[in-house]
Amino acid sequence: MTFLKEEVEHFVHPPIGGTYTVATQTHTFDIEAVRGDFPLIMREALRKPPLSYLDNAASTQKPQTVIDALSNFYSQDYANIHRGVHFLSQRATDLYDKARETVRRFLNARESAECIFLRGATEGVNLVANCYAKPLLCRPGANIVITTMEHHADIVPWQLAMEDTGAQLRVVPIDGRGVLDEEAFEKLVDENTVIVGLSYVSNVLGTVNPAERLIAAAHAKGVPVLLDAAQAAPHVALDVQQLGCDLLVISGHKIYGPTGIGILYGRREILEKMPPWQGGGDMILHVSFAGTTYKGIPDRFEAGTPHIAGAMGIAAAMNYIERIGIGAIAAHEHELLEYANAAVTDIAQLRVIGTAPGKAGVLSFVIDGVHPHDIGTFLDADGVAIRAGHHCAEPLMKHLGLPGTARASFGMYNTFEEIDRFAASIRKIVKFFL
Amino acid sequence: MNEMEELYREIILDHNKRPRNFRKMEDCTHHADGHNPLCGDEIEVFVKIEDGRIADISFQGEGCAISKSSASLMTSALKGKTLEEAHREAGIVISMLTGKGATADVEELGDIAALQGVRQFPARVKCATLSWHALEASLKGEAGTSTE
Repeated sequence: MTFLKEEVEHFVHPPIGGTYTVATQTHTFDIEAVRGDFPLIMREALRKPPLSYLDNAASTQKPQTVIDALSNFYSQDYANIHRGVHFLSQRATDLYDKARETVRRFLNARESAECIFLRGATEGVNLVANCYAKPLLCRPGANIVITTMEHHADIVPWQLAMEDTGAQLRVVPIDGRGVLDEEAFEKLVDENTVIVGLSYVSNVLGTVNPAERLIAAAHAKGVPVLLDAAQAAPHVALDVQQLGCDLLVISGHKIYGPTGIGILYGRREILEKMPPWQGGGDMILHVSFAGTTYKGIPDRFEAGTPHIAGAMGIAAAMNYIERIGIGAIAAHEHELLEYANAAVTDIAQLRVIGTAPGKAGVLSFVIDGVHPHDIGTFLDADGVAIRAGHHCAEPLMKHLGLPGTARASFGMYNTFEEIDRFAASIRKIVKFFL
Repeated sequence: MNEMEELYREIILDHNKRPRNFRKMEDCTHHADGHNPLCGDEIEVFVKIEDGRIADISFQGEGCAISKSSASLMTSALKGKTLEEAHREAGIVISMLTGKGATADVEELGDIAALQGVRQFPARVKCATLSWHALEASLKGEAGTSTE
């Protein structure tokens, strides 16, 4: 390694892989075993310089069990679902239904039919914007409430649905730490609000919004809430009944699962009111040229052959997270975040963006006089992968008065040593550029 | 020279810290925005043409060390040049940055040749070409350009 000894030795590593006690659950978190489950992490740790993958908010690496779920499905069980009388099709259908049941359990939904397989969280928001919000946006005075910290997937679908309707997009402000202004939220949500679109966890600031409280406040005014839990799902236990949310979206690739698969959860009553999303096979009861009748949920929102293998993959990822324990993962990531904060706190030119209490494992920062892209390129040369730029949250960057930030984000396989390399490289950057 | 010193040569660091001709030009005859929507870099290029020559050239905007120094180097190099010379130079620079340039041509670039390290960093090539594309757009009378 290239970092200087004196730069790292004053960070004493907390015991790694110890026992974390979280709420009522106790999990033994064995970091070496976890890392061993991720082939890419193991392989890239051997290169020079070793990879420190700190870009988990963009996407997470995949454990072998997820890779095997895709591979096994294609090599042993593959057929189309809901179509054949033959045994393979029946088996594939059973596996697909079983995957949906795993999703139900992961989200604690009342029934698996409330869990729709889609391409990802973004498609889920677009579906809700089109099928739920759009028909209601023509009412006089209609509005949608979102927050300053939303990323583009929680802004643009609403804007598209609002075009030519005269409806208003209301934006709840945040304070300097990245904490949502709850008073403003209560004022902005009114009887004309069609829906609230809210991120559970901010991908830039790491803020964990008080979702349960905000949802209750919206419900008090009869307004439903779409909770974007894409960024929350790898850090926070999700329980849609406890949260009371009407609609929720997550993406497979952010929870150590495959790309191209995600979930829209919706309460049965709300999903049943919504018209179909796309037309095609699998979502119909009867088709005639005079008209067509549609299936109930979830099929009506899953036209065409879905990403069946992706469903196997996301279910495997959920099983894996449950096996490791979301509480243990959250505790580990919290330690990593604290450690990273401590490792850079004495760098005068470095400013952490997003200091909300109890935030998730995201460290966004700027270095005065060094552009985030240059930080990203320099870190990359030292084997440290982070994200630099506006993180698909241009309005938030504008609000913060920044062209972008550099962002290190942590996953279950990250270690204190990786953060040491990150911090050492940051010190080199400061010396090099300033 | 290590990889980072190769990319961020002294000249580049200098132009990043003290960008030349970094100002808005009120009496420009041509101007265009260069925007990279992927990273949010935005460079506005101003040109004043008199008798077929670039009498003045400046830029403004927000960007990384590569995009800023590239714009600064560009304005330093092109002031006083004829339009024909400017087009030729822009062509050589863009070819150099995208890896198509002949070494012989690069030698005539002077300080701008310091940007050739960028070629080894595919993710950063567009940072370096941004101001040059904006210049070409402005001379064509277009309002802006976008590199993606």
